[in-house]
Amino acid sequence: MDHDLILLGHGSGGRLSHQLLDELIIPSLSGISVAGQNDAAVIAHDSGRLAFTTDSYVVDPIFFPGGNIGDLAVNGTVNDLAMMGATPRYISVGLIIEEGFSKKELAVILSAMREAADLAGVQIVTGDTKVVPKGKADRIFINTSGIGLFDHDLRINGCAARPGDKIIINGTIGDHGICVLATREGLDLQTVIESDTAALNGLVTELLKEGEALHVLRDPTRGGVATTLKEIAVQSGVTIKLQEADLPLKDAVKGVCAILGLDPLHVANEGKLLAIVAPEAAERVLERMRNHPCGVDAAIIGEVTQVSAGAVQMETTIGGLRAIDMLSGEQLPRIC
Amino acid sequence: MNYLDQFQDRNVVRGLADRIAQLTAGRAAPMTFMEVCGTHTMAISRYGIRSILPSQVRLISGPGCPVCVTPNSYIDRAVAMCRIPGIIITTFGDMMRVPGSSSSLMEQRAKGADIRTVYSPLDAMALAAKNRDRQVVFLGVGFETTAPAIAGSILTAARQGLDNYFVLASHKVMPKPMEILAADPELKIDGYICPAHVSAIIGGNAYRPLVENQHVPCVVTGFEPTDIMQGVEMLVRQVLEGVSRVEIQYSRVVSWDGNKKAQEIIAQVFTPCDAQWRGMGTIPGTGLEINDAYAAFDAQKAIPVEVEELQEHAGCLCGEILKGKIAPSDCPLFGTTCTPEAPVGACMVSSEGSCAAAYKYMN
Repeated sequence: MDHDLILLGHGSGGRLSHQLLDELIIPSLSGISVAGQNDAAVIAHDSGRLAFTTDSYVVDPIFFPGGNIGDLAVNGTVNDLAMMGATPRYISVGLIIEEGFSKKELAVILSAMREAADLAGVQIVTGDTKVVPKGKADRIFINTSGIGLFDHDLRINGCAARPGDKIIINGTIGDHGICVLATREGLDLQTVIESDTAALNGLVTELLKEGEALHVLRDPTRGGVATTLKEIAVQSGVTIKLQEADLPLKDAVKGVCAILGLDPLHVANEGKLLAIVAPEAAERVLERMRNHPCGVDAAIIGEVTQVSAGAVQMETTIGGLRAIDMLSGEQLPRIC
Repeated sequence: MNYLDQFQDRNVVRGLADRIAQLTAGRAAPMTFMEVCGTHTMAISRYGIRSILPSQVRLISGPGCPVCVTPNSYIDRAVAMCRIPGIIITTFGDMMRVPGSSSSLMEQRAKGADIRTVYSPLDAMALAAKNRDRQVVFLGVGFETTAPAIAGSILTAARQGLDNYFVLASHKVMPKPMEILAADPELKIDGYICPAHVSAIIGGNAYRPLVENQHVPCVVTGFEPTDIMQGVEMLVRQVLEGVSRVEIQYSRVVSWDGNKKAQEIIAQVFTPCDAQWRGMGTIPGTGLEINDAYAAFDAQKAIPVEVEELQEHAGCLCGEILKGKIAPSDCPLFGTTCTPEAPVGACMVSSEGSCAAAYKYMN
């Protein structure tokens, strides 16, 4: 085998992505590991702390039920900042456009970006536009970077899960991945599955009221809930146990996953967060989520059971026990 | 509760587990049941079924994953073909990562070959219709389950005069390999969990010679947890009664005679041939090749290529694993040099492979 090649799986957000980061990218760009394995870097400066993140969007198709590449690009970066407990403030936009792309479609994408920014309360303050010859990019790619500020001293990150903590998700899993897949492959379904793309900073503001009881926040995007929880388990050095029967899942998503042999735990989300909280705060956090528009289907899906080298298990619907691992290989390329 | 949920009912499964435990209580030697279907392999691991069965019942996996039993020489031919300028190779996703003698399709795609994942041979045909100036080859692997759809695509292509659509066929048929494994004294198989989808095509009667010649209980079993638990219970009862017969647990789908129409389509396009099984060597009459009437669609005949010399992967024990002789974790490469990201053997690649299931759900 030729190990020099970059494979699609290196962009899956799963195990191969982690390998590429650990073996090549982070060692080569020493200094960037300030982000650790978290969604954004938190940088200390004179007047306090600052969160900084960046993300590129190559989703195919660029328009899908529930959103398009524009609002996805704003929401994604807003969420990465919010997951550190920061208040997202400023966003940059980099557009890479293929020659021959429609101005009308660009206008729709830009207006979706503006609307998403307004909803999230962030300002788009700077940007860049490049056009490449036809065939050298696929329609449009977007990069967004964002800066967030802190108005509290809480340290929310992936290392903070501890035994006894409860795992809470703000709604149904796998919606975005299955929506994009169904649209791209033209799956003829009886219902339309909409992407869950949404800015979660408003919901996070609610959750921050729990203070010290809020240990970890993370949005399970590429690689899905399984990959995200495995990352947290390893970072915190704990075992997480899920209850399959408690996972919120739309029937249509469950059906498509069953037909195509996908595990919904590995499918991407774009408007979901996992909150890991102290047990005494769990019911209150659940209540706060359910009272927020982004969390009506929220559920407690598991708990941290013990200190370990980092493992995730699941009690299956029938009462069996199995391990949960990161996404392996490429599941659905160009999902975001 | 929807239709699927009923077959995953925790209380029903618990009831079946209790009954199996009562029936087998006190037995010194465990009963060994083999499944020969990748979907069963995955379902058993995914639902954690082994963890709720008593230690007196042992479930092992046989040669049921179509990608896993496909020999290296087939991958090598596909790799050679994808290097022909202008050709489009279409395949089910699992074949992409299977390492051949020196390369894989995934690697060839990264180097620029036009290889596309499809969900059905019909997608491949549609691609051929849209690209009439290019040769489109579908990698046709699988058992009796996928054979009818692929035969159907060839019939349609013939009707439509689609002369740029080809199938590189490597189909295999059950249940003859099951007979060979049942006769293996090293394995001591006490019963077969017979495949669900294959049986929907070939029917329950197809297992009668196996039962008569080898005296091994056979239960055609569905894929949901309650199906598998009930199938195991039926096998346990046969063993305790000292009988061997064919039973159909999956009666909501499988009949005794199978799907006649599908059998006809297979017979119309394919003819039986000897087939090479990874780990089991060549077994006479267990393959399907495209017959002379449809030879124009046979990629192997229509698109000649020079295939590299065959090399087996040193230390890979996929063959022994496919025969059920060792468990994935008994292979020295398992989880060390052979992982889903850098697979050495096919069993670690396919989403239905025994090693992939063991790695994904139990490591």
